[in-house]
Formats: sequence, C-alpha cells, structure tokens
Amino acid sequence: MQDEPTPEELTKAVADFLRNDITPQISGHHAFKLRVAINVLDLVTRQLKLEQGSDAAELARLSKLLSMQGSLGELNRVLADQIAKGELDLQTPGLAEHLWQTTMDKLAVDQPNYASYKRELGADGD
Amino acid sequence: MEEVLGRSVASWCRGATGVTNAVRLSGGASQETWSFDIQHPDGLIGAILRRAPQGYGAAPGRAAGLDAEARLMQLAYDAGVPSPRVLHILQPQDDLGTGFVMARVEGETIARKILRDEKFANARPLLARQLGKIAAGIHGLAVSELPKLRRMTAARELAEMEREYRGFDWPRPVFELALCWLADHDPGPSDEVTLVHGDFRHGNLIIGPDGVRAVLDWELAHLGDPMEDLGWVCVNSWRFGEIDKPVGGFGTREELFAGYEAAGRRVDAKRVTFWEVMGTLRWGVMCCGMMQRFRIGPDHSMERAMIGRRASETEIDLLRLLAPRGN
Repeated sequence: MQDEPTPEELTKAVADFLRNDITPQISGHHAFKLRVAINVLDLVTRQLKLEQGSDAAELARLSKLLSMQGSLGELNRVLADQIAKGELDLQTPGLAEHLWQTTMDKLAVDQPNYASYKRELGADGD
Repeated sequence: MEEVLGRSVASWCRGATGVTNAVRLSGGASQETWSFDIQHPDGLIGAILRRAPQGYGAAPGRAAGLDAEARLMQLAYDAGVPSPRVLHILQPQDDLGTGFVMARVEGETIARKILRDEKFANARPLLARQLGKIAAGIHGLAVSELPKLRRMTAARELAEMEREYRGFDWPRPVFELALCWLADHDPGPSDEVTLVHGDFRHGNLIIGPDGVRAVLDWELAHLGDPMEDLGWVCVNSWRFGEIDKPVGGFGTREELFAGYEAAGRRVDAKRVTFWEVMGTLRWGVMCCGMMQRFRIGPDHSMERAMIGRRASETEIDLLRLLAPRGN
C-alpha cells in the first residue's frame, strides 16, 4: 500500500499552485500553454477521483448487457463489435441507458463544463 | 523572410518598396500562414501568404492543394462571395515554395469573441442568414470552371471515416452506433453535384461588426452534396456553448435555410440532418486522430493530447441526436 497523500491530492496541489501563484506572473503564449497545463492536471485529478467508481459500474452494466465476464477493455470490444454487426441496437433493452451513463461518466472527467453535458446533467436531476 | 517576400512583392505589386511586419500565424510542417504589410507610397497594404515551403509540394490525402485553393478563392471573389482577393500565385522565381498571397481581411475568427463580445451584438442575428446566402453562392459556382477536386459521396466519406476509426483500434460503442445509423440513413448520391467548401464553420469565417467579411480555408473543398456544408455548420462542436442556436451558436436552421433559398437554391432538410450527424462523428474521429498524432509525434504537445480527450464531447452530441432522452 502506498502512503498518503493520494495522487489526487498531489495533482490538485500542483494545479492549485500553478493557478494561484504562477498564472499571475505569466503572459503571452506561455500563459496559454500554462492554462492548458492546468486543464490537464484538473482532468487527471477528476479521473483519479471518479474512475474507480465509474469503471466498476460500467463493468457491471456490460457484464449484464452482454451476459459474459471479462475486463472492461474486452467487454467494450465485444460491445462495439456487436453493435457494428447489428446484433445490438437502440431497441436492445438497456443499451441506450448504458451508453448514456458511460458517456456521462466520461464527460464528468473530460469536460464537465461542456454545455450538452450540463444540460443532460440538469435533466437527470429533474 | 521579409527580404525574400520583398523581392517577390516588387515583381508583382507596382510601386511596392518593401515588406514589413511579417509574422508567422499558424500551420504545421507542411503548410504555413504568414501575415505581412506591403510598403507602398499610398500606405501599407495588408497581406497574407499561404505556402508550402520547398520540399513540401505534394498535398496530403484530403487537401485540395494550394493552387486549387487560390483558384477557388478567385472564383468565389469574382462571384461576389465574401472572400479575400488573391494578389499573387507563387512562381518558382519567388523562391517561397508553392502557394499564394491574398489581401488581408480585418475581422475576427475566434468563435468565443464573435459569440460574446459586444461589438458583434448587432451582427450576430444576421449571421445565419448571411451564411445561407454565402453557401448558396459557393454551391452556385460553375462546376466547369473549377480546378480538379475530389468527388465525394456520403458512402465514400463514411467508408473513409470508418477506416480511420478502425485504425485507432480503440472500442467506441457510441461511434459504432453512429456508423450504423449513417449507413442505414445514407440518402444516396445527391441529384446535384456542386462545389462543397468542406470546412464551412467558425475559425474559417472572418466576421466584423457588419457581419461575414470572408470565407477562408478551402483546403477541404471537393465536389459533392451541397447539403454537406449546411450540415457541418450546424454541428454542435461549433456552437461553443450556445447549444440552442444550431448555426454556429448564433442562429437557427430556419434563418440559414431562408438565406439559402432566397438566393435561389433549395434545401433538403433531411440531408442536412444526415450531414450534421456525419459531421459530429467526423469531428470525433478527428479528435481521436489528434490523440494518435500526440502519441506518435513529432507534435507531442499538451494541446493535442487534450483535443484527444474531446472525442467524448462528440459522443454525447451523437447520443443527443440519435438516442435523445426526451428532455
């Protein structure tokens, strides 16, 4: 077992340092690059926080949907393949819900400010 | 650079005494864009150079090539489509590679500024209709006068995109769903084959407080279904957060179509929707391509890496189009 602080706490500490202490001192092209760098660290921090839970839920859904066991990568390949062959489609019970949930979980890490995501998230809460 | 440009300019711009303010704007290894001013007794003339440096002559894959781009801009300009005037096509004696020089059109190309800044407030309600008229102008150019271009159909476009996606070897169930939908809904070859701009969207439009001033970047121009341009400009990725205004985040499809039809051309709304789905998936595949290029190099930049993580944005947009949840 690795010791604390967690990777999530460490990346967040670096992102906060760059955001609060370094950003005011940088201008021009490097300011743009710095903003991208902070976005990278924020994304990694979100992934470290959320990935374990969303991966476990995705694996459980996939096992049920496909009636088989395997790794997340293996089952996603099977799902992609079955959709491509027309064996599964939007009429398949649970498929649309699975794709929606998986996609929402990706956006929560990749781009939680994306307008389509925020709209759908609001709809979830209603 | 200013010295070489100055020698070239002296040979085709009467009265020019030199070149100043040369700045490289953008571009990868194979293509460059430079901004510069021609010094002239009547005052500075703003100009843009687009070129492939020596040794990078051949156009890769989908690109129309710089000669074709220059010709298309000339034709568009002559037909009254807002377009920069082409000033000079590079010759071997210019010693600048292949490409062309055009007049610099002042204005804004950055979507967030166009959608948010006060100085564009009066222009925003006009833009969708203007774009309809401009697209009609592009699609109305006589095919017989065009340079040699790729002929594309939905089926060909779909096959190319699928091959590229399969090449990434990374499972994306939502993309699979979209590929199936597109194959099932392929409307077949269009009755009319016209010039298609191919990248008609924010970033390639110069906009001023008075509206659209120029259409840029004809790199992806081809022959095909004119509805493709109308679908591409509606892709959610170009709405920059204004998701209820399908045309570039500033207007409605109705305004776009009205502008198009007022210019004497007909809209096929179903085809436009088909191309919007195609365009959404295409941008998603392009994001995945950025990831590949980040990993393989030579451009190992954070920006490229982060664009790779934007593919999921197109997945949610595809689901909103193909499997809406009824909200």
